[in-house]
Amino acid sequence: MPEALIFYVFSGLAIVASALVIGQRNPMYSVLLLVLSLAAMAGLFVQLDAPFVALALMIVYAGAIMVLFLFVVMLLNAPQEDALTWDRAHPLRHPVVTRFGTVLALVLIVELAYALMRGNDLAQPVGSRASGDLVSSVRELGRVLFTDYMFAFEATSVLILVAMVGAVLMARREGEQS
Amino acid sequence: MVPLSSYLIVSAILFSLGAAGVFLRRNLITILLSIEIMLNAVNLTFVAFGRFAGDVDGQIITFFVMTVAAAEAAVGLALVIALFRHRESLNPDTFTNLKW
Repeated sequence: MPEALIFYVFSGLAIVASALVIGQRNPMYSVLLLVLSLAAMAGLFVQLDAPFVALALMIVYAGAIMVLFLFVVMLLNAPQEDALTWDRAHPLRHPVVTRFGTVLALVLIVELAYALMRGNDLAQPVGSRASGDLVSSVRELGRVLFTDYMFAFEATSVLILVAMVGAVLMARREGEQS
Repeated sequence: MVPLSSYLIVSAILFSLGAAGVFLRRNLITILLSIEIMLNAVNLTFVAFGRFAGDVDGQIITFFVMTVAAAEAAVGLALVIALFRHRESLNPDTFTNLKW
């Protein structure tokens, strides 16, 4: 039973931390709570026999991307969200529109629950079909990544280059000659 | 053992939380954080299905999702900085014009 207990602890932590990310008014706390949520999800990944994904999540996501968010929050001096400054006359705040959106969100949740209830073999323990040896070793991951997914890997490098150029271009001050 | 459906339910809850954050919050940085929550919920689904099927493809796709998340965070935060410079605000309701 310890496996189920670990699962419930980590998933509960992830859900509570994510809910608090949305509930916070101060973006600084939101970023720090998201780091907590990512750490809990890394625990779930370890339980799913994916230790390398868990490490990459902690190092790349929590270590690099979240620090980037923290830098921006501090750079912009973190203006707090103020409910009084909401534009109540905005067309998207019309009661009909908000009710329509609420109905759509409820339909989404009911649909997801229905699909999860109806699944045939979803109640099987995860990992019951896995072969005996550890499939998720880093050696196997690298082999598949650099052979079967070669094109996607190369396309990723182009994506990162485009993102870098775009970020530099957009964050530049207007009228500045470089 | 934990059944696959438990992981899928956790992932669905996390995704719904992220979607709710995008719709409810009026702060550009919190909206970007909600998008990260949604991407991670999808990552959990991929890894759980990959473990269920017994191959590494789910984990490989997770790496690509992480790369896209990094690129999205860089571009999104650059946009936030550029917008904040114009209006001194992070409320998306203030950015209703395409040109000013």
